[in-house]
Amino acid sequence: MKHIKTLNTKKLQNTVKKGGCGECQTSCCTVGNQTCEHSK
Amino acid sequence: MVHQYKNNGYNIVLDVNSGAVHVVDDVVYDALPLFEDHTQSEIESCLRGKYPLEEIREAVTEISQLKEAEALFTPDEYEGYIEEFTNRPTVVKALCLHIAHDCNLACRYCFAQEGEYHGKRELMSFETGKAALDFLIANSGNRRNLEVDFFGGEPTLNFQVVKDLTAYGREQEKLHNKKFRFTLTTNGVLLNEDIMEFANREMSNVVLSIDGRKEVNDKMRPFPNGTGSYDLIVPKFLELAGKRNQENYYVRGTYTHHNLDFSKDVLHLADLGFRQISVEPVVAPPEADYAIQEDDLPALYEQYDLLAKEMVSRQKSGNGFTFFHFMIDLEGGPCVAKRLSGCGSGTEYLAVTPWGDLYPCHQFVGNERFLMGNVRDGVTNTKIRDEFKGCSVYTKEKCRNCFARFYCSGGCAANSYNFHGNIQDAYDIGCALQKKRIECAIMIKAALADCDSF
Repeated sequence: MKHIKTLNTKKLQNTVKKGGCGECQTSCCTVGNQTCEHSK
Repeated sequence: MVHQYKNNGYNIVLDVNSGAVHVVDDVVYDALPLFEDHTQSEIESCLRGKYPLEEIREAVTEISQLKEAEALFTPDEYEGYIEEFTNRPTVVKALCLHIAHDCNLACRYCFAQEGEYHGKRELMSFETGKAALDFLIANSGNRRNLEVDFFGGEPTLNFQVVKDLTAYGREQEKLHNKKFRFTLTTNGVLLNEDIMEFANREMSNVVLSIDGRKEVNDKMRPFPNGTGSYDLIVPKFLELAGKRNQENYYVRGTYTHHNLDFSKDVLHLADLGFRQISVEPVVAPPEADYAIQEDDLPALYEQYDLLAKEMVSRQKSGNGFTFFHFMIDLEGGPCVAKRLSGCGSGTEYLAVTPWGDLYPCHQFVGNERFLMGNVRDGVTNTKIRDEFKGCSVYTKEKCRNCFARFYCSGGCAANSYNFHGNIQDAYDIGCALQKKRIECAIMIKAALADCDSF
């Protein structure tokens, strides 16, 4: 695109079906930087 | 919902509900606020005096394409899903063990009040700690990864119990198909070769408390006799960080009203050689002389901007470091359920006092209204658990329409309670700083992705 550069391809809406397993670390990592193998 | 802002010369656009982040030129930046409730011709007439018509049309076309691709103006369809998610049966997956309600420092801002948590000095016995680990295993359901924080007070005052509980955990994890992730938080006063060797072998993460420059640290983190702790702890922390290959630790400081120029403390820690750094705002009663006040916010925003620019510069010259509050994963972060339901305090995460009482998290320890039970009888006050379980960003008025909700998760329940008397509110100064940090963190990503020109 000429006027817009997109930094990422992740879409949060795609994590609804695969998310919620709960195996991720407790955050207070913060939620913002946490990595999850299951919801990529 | 779209959040757009300018930072360090970048026009940044966050599509809140998809998490997509865009760097845009001026014409798109000006067209975006008009896009949802103006026609194409209205947008053209609004912007025609400022940009060539052809450019306006290109910009609107690109915005439309991204909306079609669900990367702009994505609707929020999570509220019903999160309500369902927060009603699920929960298990316990993490405990904060208060190994010692005692401390060898007298930090002025400590919420634990010299480690005593509004109560008496006491060390956790091995038997109580063992009962806590048994409680965690028994209440963790099918969850395999479990976390145990050795916390205080100062846990190295009771380090044999830390060692014994770690050994017990390693035995039990084999029997129950669990995996313990242990962490240690220390002020460093008692750090020695033995503790370092043990921590580097068994602790997945170590938090080392230091506030930054010597005069800043020693003003707020003195020994009970008033002398400072900086000179004693810095060499030990550097040795420990080096032995951990500069990974899986944080030097963690607190800034206050007395050092509003805290970016200098962050950079001081980086210049000492630390690579994993967190320096965070104090949360204190407003009447405390060191409390952050609303009037301090503009100066603090400026500090975060200065720090973000310096971090970009250092990263580009191969001398970067990690700043906890600027860490943001735009590609692989957690699922929506995790993002919107918060830290899990009171449900998945509990704090254990030296005598085995259970509280929603370490910040609530000592407040009897939040006593939930004990490690031998389990959670007996399920009303408190249900109160915490019901929390999500959609149950908090201040959070439900906030652009930061997927990166903040509704803030800290303890801060909300301390400032507003309930856990469904939000600590306003904390919110303002969190939003600023998220904006800076995204700017750093843009700068490192070389989005400098169009």
